[in-house]
Amino acid sequence: MTWRPACSHAALEARAGVLRSIRDFFYGREILEVQTPCLGARTVTEPAIEAVVVPGLGYLQTSPEYHLKRLLAAGAPSLYWLGPVFRAAEAGRLHNPEFTMLEWYRRDWSDTELMAEVAELVDVVLGPADYATRTYAEVVARGGEGGADRDRAELDLAYANGLETLGPGRVFVVDYPAEQAALARLRPEDPSVAARFELSIDGIEIANGYWELGDHGELQQRFEADLAIRRAAGQPLPEIDQRFMAAMQSGLPDSAGVAVGVDRLLMLKLGASSLTEVMPFPLSLA
Amino acid sequence: MATYSTNEFRSGLKVLLEGDPCTILENEFVKPGKGQAFNRVRFRNLKSGRVWERTFKSGENIEAADVMELDMEYLYADGEFWHFMRTDGSFEQCAAPDSAITEARDWLKEQETYQVTLWNDHPIAVTPPNFVELEVTETDPGLKGDTAQGGTKPATLSTGAIVKVPLFINVGEVLRIDTRKGEYVSRA
Repeated sequence: MTWRPACSHAALEARAGVLRSIRDFFYGREILEVQTPCLGARTVTEPAIEAVVVPGLGYLQTSPEYHLKRLLAAGAPSLYWLGPVFRAAEAGRLHNPEFTMLEWYRRDWSDTELMAEVAELVDVVLGPADYATRTYAEVVARGGEGGADRDRAELDLAYANGLETLGPGRVFVVDYPAEQAALARLRPEDPSVAARFELSIDGIEIANGYWELGDHGELQQRFEADLAIRRAAGQPLPEIDQRFMAAMQSGLPDSAGVAVGVDRLLMLKLGASSLTEVMPFPLSLA
Repeated sequence: MATYSTNEFRSGLKVLLEGDPCTILENEFVKPGKGQAFNRVRFRNLKSGRVWERTFKSGENIEAADVMELDMEYLYADGEFWHFMRTDGSFEQCAAPDSAITEARDWLKEQETYQVTLWNDHPIAVTPPNFVELEVTETDPGLKGDTAQGGTKPATLSTGAIVKVPLFINVGEVLRIDTRKGEYVSRA
């Protein structure tokens, strides 16, 4: 019976070091660490994210986003969260159903200001390097043939392939189409583009951030659109989180937020090629 | 008809792709954080030996292939077929066509055990063991005392295969051959 951890002692130490340097980074900037539930009554409607159901209780949270935004709506200052999140049916070299997420929100900041801070944090963890910027359109053009009329699946595959073709280095991807805004606001000067960014390092998605959408009515529309896609595909239909919606109705302060995959960052730091090299007990051994 | 969903994909799984039996070599789960999931899969076509790469949407199904890999003893060739017998005590025999033998032909020795790949009970591939011992039937006379490093010469083995051997090897000697590289390893 295999009981030994998948990763080395050196990886355990590196993980402890990365967690500590993240906390030091935010402590130095007087950003508040908060803990919110891993188990919540509701989950996200996003079609490409499936939550783990806990019978009778709710869902393991796929990210702390809704809870953190409820704190912000209640008047909390800029804050961060560091802990485990869960996504069903995601397992592979770069995926484990449970992984460590860092998520933080900056009040009164835009996505561009937050991108600069993401780079500063990554520099602390991985050492300084240059950052390039590419648009979403450039990435999908590299990732396969066809134009913007490709269906969502074709675009997602072209995007994944396109990121890999970017090669080594740190690249911010910007200008996501409005249909892929998720919870980012649309650019007032060009509503076909979302104020959303991702950071890709060596072709691997590391961070996803938004200039947050606070408009209650627009959020409602987006969630209903998500549910329509889910219904058409025969996916589960989670209820819209009404506590979150009430908080948005009360008012989300102007803010930008980002989520970072900590295990992948650690993987890059150690030059590992798979998450199993940096996790003591990936699901297959958990 | 049995099928496998992408979440059952793992290396070694035998599936039908475009009508041909294939084995999965590598299965990579690919998913943008906010996008759909895919499986990027590398297959070896068991008939041609070629490697294919295909991408599936996660959740798609593909047909299972009825493929068995059996240890079988090589018996004889009749000019058209190559005959093998199961080693499980059943003495069941099968006849493999030329197309299944390909590179194994150089290393076929009677009473030696080979891995025979059967698709719907028909042999489609024969894999030799990593090492076989074969007799030299033809080579230039050995140079006495020349057992140190130095040159090589061609030697024809009992199967007809020609390998490079050290100069000291003589006709009638039995040699250990690495079948993956077609290289001389040592005297047996």
